[in-house]
Amino acid sequence: MKASWVAEQKTVESSLVSGAELFIQGLKNEKVEVVFGYPGGAVLPIYDALYKAEMKHVLTRHEQGAIHAAQGYARVTGNPGVVLATSGPGATNLVTGIADAMIDSIPLVIFTGQVATKVIGTDAFQEADIVGITMPITKHNYQVQKAEDLPRIMKEAFHIANTGRKGPVLIDIPKDIAVNKAPLKEVSDIHLPGYQPTLKPNILQVKRLNEALQMSKKPVLLTGAGVLAANAEEELLAFAEYHQIPVVQTLLGLGGFPADHPLCYGMAGMHGTYAANMALYDCDLLIGVGARFDDRLTGNLEHFAKKAVVAHIDIDPAEIGKNVPTELPIVGCAKETLTALNQTCGEKGNSNEWVIQLSKYRSELPLMYKTNDKELKPQKLMEILHEVTKGAAIVSTDVGQHQMWAAQYYTFSTSNRWITSGGLGTMGFGFPAAIGAKVGRPDLPVVAVVGDGGFQMTLQELGVLQDWELPVIVVIVNNKSLGMVRQWQEIFYEKRYSHSLLDIQPDFVKLASAYGIEGRRAENEAEVREALEAALSSNKPFVLDCAVSADENVYPMIAPGKGLHEMIGVRG
Amino acid sequence: MRRIISATVLNESGVLNRLTGLLTKRQFNIENITVGHTEDPAVSKVTLTVWVEDDRKAEQLVKQLHKQINILKVRDLTNMALVSRELALIKVLTTPDTRSEIKMLIEPFRATVLDVSLENVTLEVTGDSEKVDALIELLRPYGIKEISRTGITAIPRGTQKKVLELHPYSIM
Repeated sequence: MKASWVAEQKTVESSLVSGAELFIQGLKNEKVEVVFGYPGGAVLPIYDALYKAEMKHVLTRHEQGAIHAAQGYARVTGNPGVVLATSGPGATNLVTGIADAMIDSIPLVIFTGQVATKVIGTDAFQEADIVGITMPITKHNYQVQKAEDLPRIMKEAFHIANTGRKGPVLIDIPKDIAVNKAPLKEVSDIHLPGYQPTLKPNILQVKRLNEALQMSKKPVLLTGAGVLAANAEEELLAFAEYHQIPVVQTLLGLGGFPADHPLCYGMAGMHGTYAANMALYDCDLLIGVGARFDDRLTGNLEHFAKKAVVAHIDIDPAEIGKNVPTELPIVGCAKETLTALNQTCGEKGNSNEWVIQLSKYRSELPLMYKTNDKELKPQKLMEILHEVTKGAAIVSTDVGQHQMWAAQYYTFSTSNRWITSGGLGTMGFGFPAAIGAKVGRPDLPVVAVVGDGGFQMTLQELGVLQDWELPVIVVIVNNKSLGMVRQWQEIFYEKRYSHSLLDIQPDFVKLASAYGIEGRRAENEAEVREALEAALSSNKPFVLDCAVSADENVYPMIAPGKGLHEMIGVRG
Repeated sequence: MRRIISATVLNESGVLNRLTGLLTKRQFNIENITVGHTEDPAVSKVTLTVWVEDDRKAEQLVKQLHKQINILKVRDLTNMALVSRELALIKVLTTPDTRSEIKMLIEPFRATVLDVSLENVTLEVTGDSEKVDALIELLRPYGIKEISRTGITAIPRGTQKKVLELHPYSIM
């Protein structure tokens, strides 16, 4: 066998350029519009080249802000987010965001500076083994050993990040490599024999699934972020409509199927709708599409889809059968697979009774909450947000109660409007991700829905809002506590609120003002509505601190260890 | 159950780290692992023996390994007709009385003496793991000073019987 995976490279010019210049050229080849980053010693040669190249660079106030911003950017544009940080602490500050992107399959290409090759391994100033550290949380990573390898590595990295099951790829560039000269080369082709994602499904399996559909009386489609990543929304709609299959969505899959469609039964899982969870519990054919059967979705696996034949469509073969035994495995891209299913579909299945039954659940046991005149209910806050933005905004959240309320009550009917930290559940994610989303889609209103706890983890990025005058609206769902922690302590720890109450809060309005940003506090529905309308029409950065009722809990709920049919709080 | 997995990997720095790290992350316990070049110097072959609970875990292991970018091919050899070998170096205490006795003892095992000193001999034995185990047990009464085992390396036999009763992996 010939060592043929080393891509053929041909010299474009005979002149030699620095590794940093090769880096710039690599970004240009990949049509990178913007880099999110933070400079430092080891990465200075690259920053110098960036300066000369006049590449758009968003300077965040912390590397964590940069990587979450890049995630938000990637989510709404479909292009990989690009991050640049220095070595050591700069690189390790990225770790949370890398793990977050990995578990949620978000394409990122992350560049970290490294100490010079001759001192690697000597515990040099600002040295950290970032390649070793990030090995389990990246799709792949590299350390560049020779400047001349950089063009090939960059091309491979962008390819790996944005194909197959998407994810983060890290490239570590030692300082001397960024300085060393190498010929400017064009990488003609990529040779990665160990990486050949399967896009087209096995047609026999597709036929088997269509046959299973004809036998089925109670089919259900569980759709995840894989539908959005593959832009398979239209194919999904056609498939569901043709066979009249009820659709339930994962947290990250929201928006992949129109929420107002008669076949849509909402989000499933721990805080999903009764109809969605009963659909998963009672179905006789479960078709998972681009969803990975996370434990927050399945509840106790003992009770998950036990009556069903399970079909699983996923681009990542390792996801199939990982958590749920699967009778009909189909490896392939959601778009290609749904297209094949639509092309080979036979007779329509008969799901009438099932659809009627689920629709009854939906209308009789919808998501609900009790209102009163005294308090601002967080659920109502989300409804007002939806109303004022006409459902067109990009909504980005952290993790916790506010995240679940946003998922439940801001109904998403369009794809790529919902950015949330699903798998890792990262506090501090929502606000910087909203910044990245606004950079990527300046044409759409962008709202960061954050908790008072999570916002305080990354609120220094208000500096970026001010800097770029980015009209992001920050809605703080302020219940003076780490709400979801408090909720769990109330339900499962006999109200022992161990370190979850944040009675002492900064004045968020003054804080915004310190950054030159307008802020307001809202304590009732009218104030919220008015402030949001003002924020939208001003088209300026805005911080809205909403004092919501402090003891509100997220319901319905599946307690840990319970099955999907054992929901509590279904009747409000 | 014990599984013998073979992985062909690119011979690059960090690949083994990537592979073992993945197994650690997913809580697989490696019993032994051997690595060496193949006929192509740019490609190495890893043979690993792992304990897994069931077929599903084994399938997951193969799939996860396969996901790695610089792992070219992964095969579960467990149910195949195999040639598998292990090399062991065994240092046994000897006295002038026992030296010839040990020599006799190791003959059926086709072990060879590599080094002799006044107090001990060092033996080399190659074979499947059971054979190596058996020899070690036999030598134990004499006093074993040190053992160094390579772990199993394996290759499927050129001719494979057609296996019908095996439950195939869902998509491999």
